[in-house]
Amino acid sequence: MNSLGRLFAVMGKELRQLRRDRLTFAMIVGIPIMQILLFGYAINTDVRNLKSAIADQAGTHLSRQFISDLKQTQVLDFQYVVETPMEIEELLRTGRISAGVYIPYDFDRRVIDGNRFAAHLLVDGADPTIVGVANQLRSMRVTFDTWEAPSESAGTLEVRPFYNPDQRSAVYVVPGLIGIILTFTMMLFTAVSIVRERELGNLELLINTPVRTIELMVGKVVPYIVIGLVQLGLIVAVGQLLFNVPLRGSFVDLYLAASVFIAANLALGLFVSTIVKTQFQAIQATIFMIMPSILITGFIFPFDGMPKIIQYIGEILPNTHFIRMTRGIMLRDASLGDMASELLILVVFTFVAMTAAILRFSKRLD
Amino acid sequence: MNVVNTDLVIKARGLSKNFGNLAAVSDLDLDVPRAMIYGFLGPNGSGKSTTIRMLCGLLTPSSGSAVVLGTEVPGDTEALKPRIGYMTQKFSLYGDLTCIENLRFIADIYSYPREKKAARINELIHKYDLTAQVHQFTGTLSGGEKQRLALACAVLHKPELLFLDEPTSAVDPKSRRDFWASLFELVEMGTTILVSTHYMDEAERCHRLAILDHGTKVADGTPTDLQASTGMTVIEVLADNPARAQALIKRLPDVTSVTQLGLKLRVLIPNTTPEPLSLVTTMLSEHDIHASTEEVPASLEDVFVAVTQKKRAPETSE
Ligand SMILES: Nc1ncnc2c1ncn2[C@@H]1O[C@H](COP(=O)(O)OP(=O)(O)OP(=O)(O)O)[C@@H](O)[C@H]1O
Ligand SMILES: [Mg+2]
Repeated sequence: MNSLGRLFAVMGKELRQLRRDRLTFAMIVGIPIMQILLFGYAINTDVRNLKSAIADQAGTHLSRQFISDLKQTQVLDFQYVVETPMEIEELLRTGRISAGVYIPYDFDRRVIDGNRFAAHLLVDGADPTIVGVANQLRSMRVTFDTWEAPSESAGTLEVRPFYNPDQRSAVYVVPGLIGIILTFTMMLFTAVSIVRERELGNLELLINTPVRTIELMVGKVVPYIVIGLVQLGLIVAVGQLLFNVPLRGSFVDLYLAASVFIAANLALGLFVSTIVKTQFQAIQATIFMIMPSILITGFIFPFDGMPKIIQYIGEILPNTHFIRMTRGIMLRDASLGDMASELLILVVFTFVAMTAAILRFSKRLD
Repeated sequence: MNVVNTDLVIKARGLSKNFGNLAAVSDLDLDVPRAMIYGFLGPNGSGKSTTIRMLCGLLTPSSGSAVVLGTEVPGDTEALKPRIGYMTQKFSLYGDLTCIENLRFIADIYSYPREKKAARINELIHKYDLTAQVHQFTGTLSGGEKQRLALACAVLHKPELLFLDEPTSAVDPKSRRDFWASLFELVEMGTTILVSTHYMDEAERCHRLAILDHGTKVADGTPTDLQASTGMTVIEVLADNPARAQALIKRLPDVTSVTQLGLKLRVLIPNTTPEPLSLVTTMLSEHDIHASTEEVPASLEDVFVAVTQKKRAPETSE
């Protein structure tokens, strides 16, 4: 009874302080929106409007038709029209274009023969995404090669839709982004929470009161779970509105998974807060933890494609499991029951981190 | 009111705390009887805060131990927490909460009965003259207001034992008197108060006093006892050229200290020196300085100077 009273006192105090802290409050709303806009628009594997050059030495009806088809894919934006492949190379080298198309003078001949490349696509090989695009474009030339003979039907030439609506990256990115945003904001808030009280001197008073460590820790965590769930709602809503990200599975499942995931990050943040000495260190530690959450959890690179050892490390991170759950629930209409083991791992993680934080925190100054 | 009570609220034996090579507190014995104001007088860094922290259970002593309200220190000091109040030297309430919010938080943390909470907070606000600041963020309070609020929070749950670490460092003289009046009220209700200070006038108000220097207790007793047993003769000198007079008196080998207080000089000479008064007058008249001299009773400041000098003397000869 008393214990509950003290718990509510700590929670109430945290909420009041949070409400007064305009910047933090703005961050709660600002970070998710900013990130979703940044990632939603910038992390874009369906590359479009690459700056390109075209050198059409053939200048035939067929070659012009081909160029027009290329334009329609919207992948290449021909900003430069040049005469020779050397000029394309020069533009590539100086970085003014990322791709160039060279159509040799015997283009029609090559197309009809069908046993040689009809045209050349020159790309900036330094950028793996662009190389990927180039490989996609190659399939377009195959269509040409197997095409029987030039006719008036050339205008209806089938060009493969490179912009595949079912592979839009925002759809794939947003569910993962939920995990990144929650990791970042939740860890940051709790990582500074105890060390801030220490820096401001509040802790010396607090540890001299009858408040128990567990009441203090839980009281500091619970208000943020609510905030995390608000953020989740925001991301899902913005994702739906701007990028048509679906929520195919159950809303309840998503919130349940997120609640546990948020608790896991808060517990980890608290643990960090019991180790670091200053708020600055707390922020550094958070950034240190956020990097692997982005890189090795399957958010950016496919999880199965990573070396085994990295995969093992990735399995320790809560975000790895959460991303699997959000992608499952949001995109594949999976239920939490299908992914019980992922949820269980997060529960265990939370418990371990919270216990570690409680054990590390002592109501002493030395 | 001042019933001598043999019931000890704090009994410390050989309490020591080292920070690396620094002995912040060494071998401290302390007996604090119930319902008294016990003062800790000592210069900066003499170990006052460290001692208080050890007694609260916030710092583990390097050696030695204490019994505080029947609880062993070091030991399970959690049982002690509801029974003690602690006003930290540095303001430690939440600056982004208002006065009343801080008071409510403290009341809840100490599980103060819900039905009496509002009345108790109201009482404290009036008693510590915080009516105008009730809804002000504590971060914006003046120094004195902060200290009054901190005291209100420290006594809210009616602790038996109250630790006050330099509670009046930012309080003006008038408020300081009110502050002390409220401390005496608490004592009358049975509270024991351990208060640290640098101020002599505050030390004089304590029932008992320990003087700390470099982590060691150099004297303790009632202020009157301490003043009576300095082992020093105190001579007040009113000279026409005080600066020169001071320089001359300092040359005398027996003089412990010479301090200028306004126009007057205060000279401390050990009791063991014969004819201390004529020693001073001879020195001054030899150098054509007109002065009137008078032997006066020792003040607490004299006691402080005497005991801290005594301890330092052998150190400098090493
Ligand atoms: N955590 C610590 N680590 C290292 N040294 C410390 C620590 N706390 C205190 N000290 C040192 O111990 C000595 C005693 O400090 P303490 O704070 O007890 O002095 P004080 O009497 O309260 O001084 P003041 O009047 O300035 O408050 C000082 O020299 C201080 O530098
Ligand atoms: Mg101090």
